[in-house]
Amino acid sequence: MTYHPGQRVRVADRAHDGHHRTPGYVKGKTGTVERAYASFTNPETRAYGDDGLPQQPLYLVGFAQRDVWPDYPGASRDRIYLDLFEHWLEDAE
Amino acid sequence: MERSVHDRGGWPDDAPIDRSEHELADWELLIDALVGALGGHRLMNVDELRRGIESMPPDQYERASYYERWLFSIEANMTEKGVLAPGELDTRIGG
Amino acid sequence: MSEHEHDHPHDPIGNGDEPPAAARARALELLLIEKGAISRDDVRKRIDWLVSRSPADGARLVARAWVDRDFRQRLLSDARSAALELGLDPGPSPVVVAVENTDDVHHMVVCTLCSCYPRALLGPPPAWYKSLPYRSRAVSDPRGVLDEFGVELGDDVELRVLDSTADIRYLVMPRRPAGTEGMSEDELAALITRDSMIGVAQPAAPAPIG
Repeated sequence: MTYHPGQRVRVADRAHDGHHRTPGYVKGKTGTVERAYASFTNPETRAYGDDGLPQQPLYLVGFAQRDVWPDYPGASRDRIYLDLFEHWLEDAE
Repeated sequence: MERSVHDRGGWPDDAPIDRSEHELADWELLIDALVGALGGHRLMNVDELRRGIESMPPDQYERASYYERWLFSIEANMTEKGVLAPGELDTRIGG
Repeated sequence: MSEHEHDHPHDPIGNGDEPPAAARARALELLLIEKGAISRDDVRKRIDWLVSRSPADGARLVARAWVDRDFRQRLLSDARSAALELGLDPGPSPVVVAVENTDDVHHMVVCTLCSCYPRALLGPPPAWYKSLPYRSRAVSDPRGVLDEFGVELGDDVELRVLDSTADIRYLVMPRRPAGTEGMSEDELAALITRDSMIGVAQPAAPAPIG
C-alpha cells in the first residue's frame, strides 16, 4: 500500500479510453485517504476478458464537497467519499 | 473532458426522483439470474457486464430501463464470445 | 387460464403487459440453456436467492448493534463476520462495510456509475436508487435529494455521501431514535427501514404508547 489514512492525494486527470471506475466529477480533485482497503482485481482489464491480475490496492478517499463542485449548495463541512484504485492516485502533499 | 453516458455523478438532471415502488417483474428477475448464472460458469463477469452496458449508444442508454441495459450487455457479451451467433436471438424471436 | 377447444400449446412468450424485453429475455434463456451455457436449475437457484433477500436482514444487524456495544464495534470493523454471528452471510465479495450515523454525521449511499448496492443484506435496490436523477444529484446536491425524501439535516451535521465505485458495498447504520429504551431487538428492527440503511430516511419513530 503506497498511501495511508490521512494522506492528501490527487486523482489523476486523465481520459481513460475504456471501462474504468473513476467518475469524471472527481478527476483532478484533491482529497484525503480515509481508509486503505485490501487489493482487488482490476476492473479495467477484467472488463475485457482478462483475469484482472495483479490485484490493485483500493482506497476510500474523502473530499470536501466544496472542493468538488464549484457551486455546491450544501453545508461547508459536507464530504463525498469514493473507492478509488491506487493507480488513479498521486501524492498531493 | 467528455463524459461517458453512464458516468452520471453531477450530470445536469432536474427530473424529480420517481420514488414509486416497483416489484421486480418476472422477466427482470430472469435477467438478473442469467447474469448470475453466466458469472457462475465464468462466461461473463461483472466488469464485462458493466462494460457491455457502457457500450450502449448514449440515447439508447438513457431511454432503456435498468434491466433492458443488462439484457443488451448479455447479448453483446455472448455474441462477442461466440456463445451466440450474431442476430441469433433476433432470429429466435422471429423479428 | 381460459378453456380452449384447440390443442396447440400456449405461446409461453406473449403477454400484453410486458415490454418487448420480456420476450427477448425468455428467448435468451432458452437459447443459453440449449447451448449448454447454463442450466434451468442455475437460473432457478439464482431467482430463489434474489427473492429471498430482504432489508429485514440488514435491520437485524443494526438492531443488534443498537443494543450491544461490542457487536456494534464488530459490525463496524468487519461486517461480514458480524453478520455470520446472526446466521447471515453476505458473502466474501463484494465486501460489505457498515458506516454509522451519529449526532454529527449522516451518511448517504449511491452508485453514480451503475447501481452497486448491498443486495445480500438489503435485497434488490429500489428503482429510484438506480435512476438517472438520483445517480446524478445524490453527489452534487445531496441535501436537495434529502429534501425530496423529506429528510431535514441541520447545517451542523456533516453529510457524507459514499459513491460505491468499486468492490465495497456500504450499509448505513441509522441513529437509534429517542423513546426506544426497553424495546426488544425485534421491535427495534421493525423501525429500521431499507431507506434508513441507504441514508435517505431516518428510522421510523416508535409507536406512541396509549
